[in-house]
Amino acid sequence: MQHRSHINFPQTLIHSQVKMAEGDLKLLGTWPSPFVLRIKMVLQQKGLSYEYLEQDLKNKGELLLKHNPIYKKIPILIHGDRSICESLVILQYIDENWSDIGPPLLPADPYERAMARFWAAYIDEKFVGSFWGILKAATEEAKAEKIADSFGVLQQLEGVFKKCSAGTGKGFFGGDTIGFIDVTLGSQLSWIKAVEKISGVKLLDKTKIPLLMEWEKRFLAIDFVKNTLPNVEKVVEYGRLLQATTWKVTPAK
Amino acid sequence: MERSPSSLKLFGSWASSYTHRVQLAMKLKNIQFEYIEEDLANKSEALLQFNPIYKKVPVLVHNDRPIAESVIILQYVDEVWSDRPVLPTDPYERSVARFWCHFADDKLGPAVGAVFASSGEVQKAAVDQVHENLALIERELREGFFKGKKFFGGESIGLLDIVLGCGSYWLAVFDEVMTDVKLVDPEALPLFHAWLREFEALDEVKETIPAVDKLLEYAKAVRQMLLGMSNNATADSPTATASASATAPVPDITVDS
Repeated sequence: MQHRSHINFPQTLIHSQVKMAEGDLKLLGTWPSPFVLRIKMVLQQKGLSYEYLEQDLKNKGELLLKHNPIYKKIPILIHGDRSICESLVILQYIDENWSDIGPPLLPADPYERAMARFWAAYIDEKFVGSFWGILKAATEEAKAEKIADSFGVLQQLEGVFKKCSAGTGKGFFGGDTIGFIDVTLGSQLSWIKAVEKISGVKLLDKTKIPLLMEWEKRFLAIDFVKNTLPNVEKVVEYGRLLQATTWKVTPAK
Repeated sequence: MERSPSSLKLFGSWASSYTHRVQLAMKLKNIQFEYIEEDLANKSEALLQFNPIYKKVPVLVHNDRPIAESVIILQYVDEVWSDRPVLPTDPYERSVARFWCHFADDKLGPAVGAVFASSGEVQKAAVDQVHENLALIERELREGFFKGKKFFGGESIGLLDIVLGCGSYWLAVFDEVMTDVKLVDPEALPLFHAWLREFEALDEVKETIPAVDKLLEYAKAVRQMLLGMSNNATADSPTATASASATAPVPDITVDS
């Protein structure tokens, strides 16, 4: 499959392809959700224009309830009369439906694809369980356990990146351009940093995960990543709010 | 008869519905492989080496490269052996199949497992969950995306049939074992019930799923053990049932073991 560097994507080419791809795309989401952020990143990488609709999860609107009656969650991608739910399902839909434009999100090789799916699912499971677990922990003991888990996850991913890039010197899990694992992990970055600030633990430590920290630099340098990831201070504020209201955790000082 | 190529191995467990999914796909595609039965109470070095993250079955090892997680394995198999495809070709249809596979493993499976591992009020709540989840599938069959289709995959079984089917046969087994529980009421879920009958009638399915009496015997033993473990605390308390399933040496039969 022809690769075009996402960074050097010609402006004129994007414009004509946006016209072709126009099929009434709507993305329902909330600004802090990493599951939504990754969709935004990929839509931008593909050069697809879409309408973004911020949702109030405390007061779920008709559109949300109509298009995701099963889970009543975001993100939801509405494409014409189609609704697609679950972020990793949405990503694959975008990749497959617009396979002829932009760089592919999943690799061509079936084994590499299986690995990408496996690690993306792992990242999401661990993010909710371990990283958010740090914020939700009610005791110092529980918090320490989640912190240890989170370090373990990052070590694991350091190893995965090492394997992915071994010998190829490629900058991303996806190779030359960002792929499935990149957006799944990358969309969590603001939250990981917010967890660091709230809990006082340095998770993104270049002495422990040097390859991932280099990857992070490259990832954050991408335009559509920069203009998608929310400001960490805003996420910190939101995280503290969740601790106080939804999770009812009194953070230890 | 051709000897199974050792370049393709499947680590599984005879009572694991997740293993059956892969075996069924292999049968549909006529793929030869070596099957290795795992004792889940005493996992082999090989399994732990091939699936260090989750330490579960099924694991497919192809040319010494392991793939874990049944739905990921199914997609891998479909992509490598393109005969008799299991996923549809249309991107939207694929997304619908993937969504419902996620639902099956994320909501339905755990709810069924919760029914099996509990009793009393906790079980009643879990049964309600199962009914709710099955009703959602029934609705999709009645008026949604799968309306008028013989199988979720259309005229022949596909990914979602395999995922839902290999698992749904436990529903009747559980109904047998727990006589005061009814998970599938044919009157409340006529289309789901009809689909399940069609699925179970297929030769490939009959050749893949173990005999009902074996499943029944196994289920009875597991249930007895699970309830026995929660005898120290009230059977109704969530912590009792949670710890029962967490410490059970016999694998939870409704999740990847």
